[in-house]
Amino acid sequence: MESIKVLVGLASCGIAAGANKVFNKISAIKDKEQLSFQLTKTGCVGMCYREPLVEIIDETGSYLYGEIDENKITEIIEKHIKNGEPIKEYIVKTDLFENADDSFWKNQVKIALRNCGIINPENIEDYQLYGGYKAVKKIIENNIHPEQVIQTIIDSGLRGRGGGGFSTGLKWKFAYNSKSEQKYVICNADEGDPGAFMDRSLLEGDPHSVLEGMIIAAYAIGATEGVIYCRAEYPLAIKRLNIAIEQARNKGYLGKNIFGKEGWNFDIYVKEGAGAFVCGEETALMASVEGRRGMPRKRPPFPAVSGLWKKPTNINNVETFANVPYIILHGAESFNKYGTEKSKGTKVFALTGKINRGGLVEVPMGISIQDVIFKLGGGIQNNKKFKAVQLGGPSGGCIPEYLSNIPIDYESITATGAIMGSGGMVVMDETTCMVDIARFFLDFTQKESCGKCTFCRIGTKRLLEILTRICEGNGKDGDIETLEELSQQIKDSSLCGLGQTAPNPVLTTIKYFRHEYEAHIRDKKCPAKSCKNLITYTVIEEKCTGCTVCAKNCPVNAIEGERKQIHHIKQDICIKCGICFTKCKFEAINLS
Amino acid sequence: MRIQRISIENKISTKNNKIDLSLLDPIIEKYKTKKGSTIPLLQATQQLFGYIPKEAFEYISKKTDLKASELYGVATFYAQFRLKPVGKHIVKICHGTACHVQGVKTITESILDTLQIKDGETTSDGFYTVESVACLGCCSLAPVIMIDEEVYGKLTSKTAINIIKEIQLKENN
Repeated sequence: MESIKVLVGLASCGIAAGANKVFNKISAIKDKEQLSFQLTKTGCVGMCYREPLVEIIDETGSYLYGEIDENKITEIIEKHIKNGEPIKEYIVKTDLFENADDSFWKNQVKIALRNCGIINPENIEDYQLYGGYKAVKKIIENNIHPEQVIQTIIDSGLRGRGGGGFSTGLKWKFAYNSKSEQKYVICNADEGDPGAFMDRSLLEGDPHSVLEGMIIAAYAIGATEGVIYCRAEYPLAIKRLNIAIEQARNKGYLGKNIFGKEGWNFDIYVKEGAGAFVCGEETALMASVEGRRGMPRKRPPFPAVSGLWKKPTNINNVETFANVPYIILHGAESFNKYGTEKSKGTKVFALTGKINRGGLVEVPMGISIQDVIFKLGGGIQNNKKFKAVQLGGPSGGCIPEYLSNIPIDYESITATGAIMGSGGMVVMDETTCMVDIARFFLDFTQKESCGKCTFCRIGTKRLLEILTRICEGNGKDGDIETLEELSQQIKDSSLCGLGQTAPNPVLTTIKYFRHEYEAHIRDKKCPAKSCKNLITYTVIEEKCTGCTVCAKNCPVNAIEGERKQIHHIKQDICIKCGICFTKCKFEAINLS
Repeated sequence: MRIQRISIENKISTKNNKIDLSLLDPIIEKYKTKKGSTIPLLQATQQLFGYIPKEAFEYISKKTDLKASELYGVATFYAQFRLKPVGKHIVKICHGTACHVQGVKTITESILDTLQIKDGETTSDGFYTVESVACLGCCSLAPVIMIDEEVYGKLTSKTAINIIKEIQLKENN
């Protein structure tokens, strides 16, 4: 039994689904019965829709169990670990037989996420067992020149994974060319896009790969200090990063004369963000690290020339750094063999919304959006109709169903009006109102605008007001044109990415779903039946059996009626949550 | 704009029990000499008191090179900082895209309705503070709320309210 490994996925989402309870249960049984299998924590394998996940590796192979609770795990320990009989019905992935969920993995290529869900993120030895820190050692042992390191990254075709899509190698080259005694490397882990959790999963599942990527960048550009700017909303990521940094220091991988190389000093510390979306913009981020209000400034000078504390600075995103050790270790070709002509390698996406298999996927560039949603993601929840997919968060846009066969690469996605973004992919079905989605994002950007540029500060507010009015059924003729005009002005007159891209959700929804805007404005109707002012729920008297289910489930007690009598919805109390609609077994609730 | 999120009035701090500002001394000592430590300094202050009392700005300013206006400017810029005391437990309702699509709006309304407060307010018994936040990063479990450090996912209005009521019941007994 000593050779059996039991891994429990303990990333934030796993914990939220109850993975801690499962872990404690296994631990308790292990202690009580003095069982000798190895129990380890690991990060997220990406199968979030099956959390909590437990993987058992024995001499016959690996078995991933999904949706595990305390009862199921007791059964698994009894049958599988003690008696060597895997429980087929709970298994969601194994190499030994086919599984309904196999298509989730088929088209994935794991480079950035190569260790997530496999290693124990709180153990540096585990990372090293899987090739960790070998890329830096390769550089040191073969005395590879920084210029050569930069050339490898340029050759790999790696582009900024935070959304910008600028060549990582070129960025490094600019910083390398700036002459200064002191330079900085910053890791942007201020993952602010609502609907995105790629960086969180990476930091929670494999923090050392990010550190190693930063160490390589520091070597390439000649930096002496590294900063990881992480959202305060990610306490577990921060905790694991700090553990990883401490372990790397103890090994001599961070600090003075690192990796035994005389005179090579580089250390990293974590800076907690304080909640401002605009700090994802690099000049705002640096202002925040310096302890000021996170407001962007004009470029040039670019950070590569004058960045943090006015020193040359290189900023990359978490996922970008995680790719670096792999590229250095295996060569540029190992990365650029995937992808399209201009977009190389893989991209991590957080698949969420009205999709059957929500989770984290890493796919080669060039795969179509449709394949990601239907092959990997298993299609739309409850057999509803696929309407659109939102890419790039508040800076991105909605791509309609009929364009979903386009390949995922920077240029094709930009051509639709959306952006690649950092990897949030929110799937929407026929019940999602596109005007409401635009309103949702403008509500977000309006709150997050730092206020420096007038058009961003006031323009987004005006956009929001118009969109809110339309959603409430008070739209006027000419509203669409005003939205379009104002959007263009905001794009033209804002200093940073936030303002320049804030109107994208409005523009793309108008471009592809103009008819929904028109229905709201002219007919005072919400085609998706989602905008609350434009819908009513009523009981269809002929169908109501008086079962009281709707009344019992109504959160505001707006439904009255005796058992076996026809029920009624009090319109003045109804908050239009739709619970009665979904709970009624007799389809006796009408939505109009 | 950011600043609108935090109300400038600071009524409760005056009627509250005296705030022992000397508790700040070790924090100030720790960050005093480090450059760029305004944010960690304010974060530590908030951790100590649960919010940043008005008096703390002046106190820190007197003991460091930082201007009170500068500190206040930073505190009002970032969503994390609170200038008002908070309840015993903080309920953060995620308003990320996934949660929005999955109907967190109705859940928010039901929670606020049950607790009889508005977004950002504290219940009269000081037990809960409810605030809407941007994405908590647990999108596959949407809709999600976070009570203190614990995340609850795949909620409906009913289950969300039950969780909130249960915590209060448990502690009251």
